Amino acid sequence: MIRLILLSLSLLLSALPARAERVVASLSQDTIAITASFDGSEVFVFGAVKREAPMPEGKPLDVVITLQGPSAPATVRRKERVAGIWVNTQAVEVDLAPAFYAVATTGPFEQVISQTEDLRHAVSIPRAIRSVGAPPDVQDAQAFTEALIRLRARSGAYRLEEGDVGIEEQTLFSTRFVLPANLVEGPYRARIFLTRDRDVVDLYETEIDVRKVGLERMLYTLAHERPLAYGLLALLLAVVAGWTASTVFRLLRT
Amino acid sequence: MQLYLPIAEVSANAFALLGIGGIVGILSGMFGVGGGFLVTPLLFFIGIPPTVAVATGANQVVASSVSGVLAQIRRKTVDFKMGTVLLIGGLIGSAGGVWLFNILRAMGQIDLVVQLAYVVFLGTVGGLMLRESLGAMRRARNPSAPVRRHQHGWVHGLPFKMKFRTSGLYISVVPPLLVGMSVGVLAAIMGVGGGFIMVPAMIYLLGMPTKVVVGTSLYQIIFVTAFTTVMHAVTNQSVDMLLALVLIFGGVVGAQFGTRIGARLKAEQLRILLALLVLAVCGKLALDLLLTPADVYNIAERGAA
Repeated sequence: MIRLILLSLSLLLSALPARAERVVASLSQDTIAITASFDGSEVFVFGAVKREAPMPEGKPLDVVITLQGPSAPATVRRKERVAGIWVNTQAVEVDLAPAFYAVATTGPFEQVISQTEDLRHAVSIPRAIRSVGAPPDVQDAQAFTEALIRLRARSGAYRLEEGDVGIEEQTLFSTRFVLPANLVEGPYRARIFLTRDRDVVDLYETEIDVRKVGLERMLYTLAHERPLAYGLLALLLAVVAGWTASTVFRLLRT
Repeated sequence: MQLYLPIAEVSANAFALLGIGGIVGILSGMFGVGGGFLVTPLLFFIGIPPTVAVATGANQVVASSVSGVLAQIRRKTVDFKMGTVLLIGGLIGSAGGVWLFNILRAMGQIDLVVQLAYVVFLGTVGGLMLRESLGAMRRARNPSAPVRRHQHGWVHGLPFKMKFRTSGLYISVVPPLLVGMSVGVLAAIMGVGGGFIMVPAMIYLLGMPTKVVVGTSLYQIIFVTAFTTVMHAVTNQSVDMLLALVLIFGGVVGAQFGTRIGARLKAEQLRILLALLVLAVCGKLALDLLLTPADVYNIAERGAA
């Protein structure tokens, strides 16, 4: 039975000439635990290209690796000077923007993946953001999306690392992603694209689970599930701390 | 040492947080202000999201005020009767203020209104206090000049008079109620305890002796900020207990030192210092409104999905 499945699998594989090169990859960790002393993290992505046939002739192999945090809507506002003071006048709602997004490649972005493939797989930073409509009073909605990318790139949340993926003998590749300390909880999707002549030949996907643990988990859950109890606990804590300090200092003085 | 804050979802330097708590605690003990008008901008400056900064700031002010008020009670400088009257007005006012806050938010200009309110109120209060205390100092150097101890104005003609023994006052309850109410409204809109408005109002409008003002203000602030903390925890889940704990630790220690420093300084000096501080914060906020920002765009974050 098993032999039959294996046989049919190998037949199936050999019947797919388009997938002559496949990615086999792994991450240094599949979970990141956020503890009280969490100060950023590093994820090491490595892998190899598996070939059933001799390496194809022509352009060399390229690798594009992306790491994407959970997405959420965001409001981008623009200030204008009104009567001498700076006021928020216009706002554009960006439907979905990832909290973290990093792209690492083996070379300059335009040279490793074509625009069509970028459009299909949403690889580059602007493509990873989904923005549908802007209010009718805003003429240049594009400027707001660009501002979102610019501001998040400045804070280190969005990165394009061209040439950061090392590749050996067109087979072994690896890269390192530095995750900032202000990580948002949730699944982080990692994608590895193999490209040849700017076309995607294979894609591998996996996930890293970023979770708060211990005290962080406890406080977060309590705050969201039992807000009144949490608020009263915060108050109690404040009153006890104030009273303790006052008493300790009085005892120290006498 | 970095500390990851579970509600704010950012990592911050624990010593910077302790320092902020300590500074606010010292102010709280010295002047009887909660320090909310300082702690919120400072937290924002080190990268804490504004909603978390406001809510957690209120929580921290509760602790430093409790610590401060206990020291004041031992010195018998808290007028509980006056504090309670102010508090009743304050709670009515803050309920009204929350309602006003929601209307302004629906109009989409709450940020601007809050900033303008800060600039106008801090500027007015700071300027008035500075002028008055400088005048008082000049009079103190020149004792031959006439000093008016008790000013009898329209305030003393109102009904519902009550004896406030600790303050040595026999006045109508209407002015303290109104003062409490207007401070409550401002507190809800500006996200502060309102001490920086309450203290001068008690001195200049109600004619309370400066010695009693600090303790009484602290006493009243405890309840207003406690109310604010619970409201924020329930409606926005934006109170970060870990952040509060670190701020509180710095704050309670600072408040004890502040009370001691305050007891050594003269009333006029105390008022000049507070006036200068209030004016400094006002100037900073005014500059933010007037100067061209580094980037005219800004992102209003919403909770991750």
